[in-house]
Amino acid sequence: MVAEHTVKAFDEDMTRLRGLVAEMGGLAELSIAEAMEALVGGDEDLAAGVIARDRRIDLLESEVDRLSVRVLALRAPMADDLREVIAALKIAGVIERIGDYAKNIAKRVGHIEGRKRFEPLTLLPMMNELAGDMVHDVLTAYAARDPVAAAEIVQRDAKVDAFYDSVFRNFVSYMVENPATISSVAQLMFVARNIERIGDHATNIAEMVHFAATGTYLPEREDVPPPA
Amino acid sequence: MSTSTAAYSGTGLSNMPWSGIVIALFAGLGMLIAGAEPVLIAVIVVAWIGSLWLWQPAPVVEMRPAEDSGLSRQAMIDLIEPFGVPVLMLDGQRIAAANAAARGELGGHIVGQDARVALRHPEAITLLDRREGSVTVRGLTGPRSIWQVRRVAVDDRFSLIELVDRTAEADISRAHTDFVANASHELRTPLASIIGYIETLADPDARIDAATTTRFHATVLREARRLQHLVEDLMSLSRIEAEKHDLPRDHIDLGQMAASIGGEVAATVGDERILVEADDAVVQGDRQQLDQVIRNLVDNSMKYSDPGKPVELRVVIRGHEAVLSVTDHGEGIHPDHIPHLTRRFYRTDPGRSRAAGGTGLGLAIVKHIVERHRGRMDITSKLGVGTTVTIRLALIEAPVQAAPPPPARASA
Repeated sequence: MVAEHTVKAFDEDMTRLRGLVAEMGGLAELSIAEAMEALVGGDEDLAAGVIARDRRIDLLESEVDRLSVRVLALRAPMADDLREVIAALKIAGVIERIGDYAKNIAKRVGHIEGRKRFEPLTLLPMMNELAGDMVHDVLTAYAARDPVAAAEIVQRDAKVDAFYDSVFRNFVSYMVENPATISSVAQLMFVARNIERIGDHATNIAEMVHFAATGTYLPEREDVPPPA
Repeated sequence: MSTSTAAYSGTGLSNMPWSGIVIALFAGLGMLIAGAEPVLIAVIVVAWIGSLWLWQPAPVVEMRPAEDSGLSRQAMIDLIEPFGVPVLMLDGQRIAAANAAARGELGGHIVGQDARVALRHPEAITLLDRREGSVTVRGLTGPRSIWQVRRVAVDDRFSLIELVDRTAEADISRAHTDFVANASHELRTPLASIIGYIETLADPDARIDAATTTRFHATVLREARRLQHLVEDLMSLSRIEAEKHDLPRDHIDLGQMAASIGGEVAATVGDERILVEADDAVVQGDRQQLDQVIRNLVDNSMKYSDPGKPVELRVVIRGHEAVLSVTDHGEGIHPDHIPHLTRRFYRTDPGRSRAAGGTGLGLAIVKHIVERHRGRMDITSKLGVGTTVTIRLALIEAPVQAAPPPPARASA
């Protein structure tokens, strides 16, 4: 646990900041799961809920922005406190992006035809689960200020990328064989892309968690070439 | 107020201001020795002693209400600590205390943080705005966990949050549907061929020579065996699923286990076919299930690799983890298949898998067992080079943990 500060109001601001980031994360996590559920089940009401939730995430982000700026201006935090505020500011931005990707997936729910027995659709939930777990675990690592867990999450991104490659090739061959489904599968292609991006963003958060906790950066990751 | 008066009158004798009376009497005695008027002395002493009652009762009356209004904060913390279900004590929005069960499920870092950090699910957060209530939340501790979160206000400042795990109940119904959907398809295929062959054999009009009869019998036997394996695998899969939420408790030396399985395998297929390297690595686990993990992995590698090259079975220690790996030098698995390998009945090459007697459940079983042990599993493969399956389990540092308590006691 981090030592308490002499100025109690500063302590309260920091706790609130972390609380807000955690709340945003919780909303984003739920959106990721529900967007996929809506997509698989064709549930447009659920999708509308996900789209509406994005507004709330945006509002929270601006609240985090304001509070961070206030803390920086009024309290001039140093060392680990400074890193903590900077990390909260950046993580909030990234979570907002994750929320956008989930919203984007939800928006495509109405564009998928012939959902029953639609083989490409069965590939996505597992990929979504991998990315969703990364987001969940990285938020837990943030709450725990755990650099080891953060470093482990960075490693996991390769799995999501590999999954994306596999799904990509699978979709392409499916479209070649079933030209009638091209418009639907193309939508799913974007969904897969969004999930892959969510994984990347979870990695970004992990890097910031690591930085906030230790003050050092994780080594640069190797870039994975895009699917051919 | 009535309780405080009762308390006062009940403890009457002990509340007499004895020390004041004694001082007054001594003062009187002093004046007597000094030669003052005895009547004056008597008046002074009586007035002095009488004055002691004027302000005496105050402290008793003031102490009582503070104790009556509620438990002290520390008493509340001590009270929730031994509960089996996770309980959090909130001071406003901040977590003032979390009992051992809560620290185990949510992590020790939550104490002192904003409650939203521990319960970030939107449903749970709506609960924080209300004084009391109960919500059901998914994914609080793990991807499929379900918790019922209940908040009870103690007073205006403190409240308690209780978490009840509902995961197992919800899983049972889901597991049933999965099982039926998967199993029926897989069971039907061997059954169909058994019925087909038996019908042909039993048909009095069909003229079948002895050689064909023998061949048909062999096929029926093979399919029946496959059915038997399938049922066994399905049984063990559902057994693992049923207990997947309780962490196994036995201490098992993974290295020793690998060495003994390696020895058995070498005895049946030959020493040159398997290469074992095992360090001692004690993990917390279920003996029978870990045994099944190693056997399934070795079995797979044997089945799908070049018979001229050995399968490598290793147990090594990396940091705080025991790393079990099984490597073969087969043709490798195409990267497109790797993410799906642990799905039930997923086969990269259905024909070949069935021919080799695979049920399509081997890796699914391994994955479930590893999940129950809170471990991780990775599959890496290179086409034309081979495949490695790696399983990481947390070590119990049993010898290290057993040692510290004596010195700790000595220093205290």
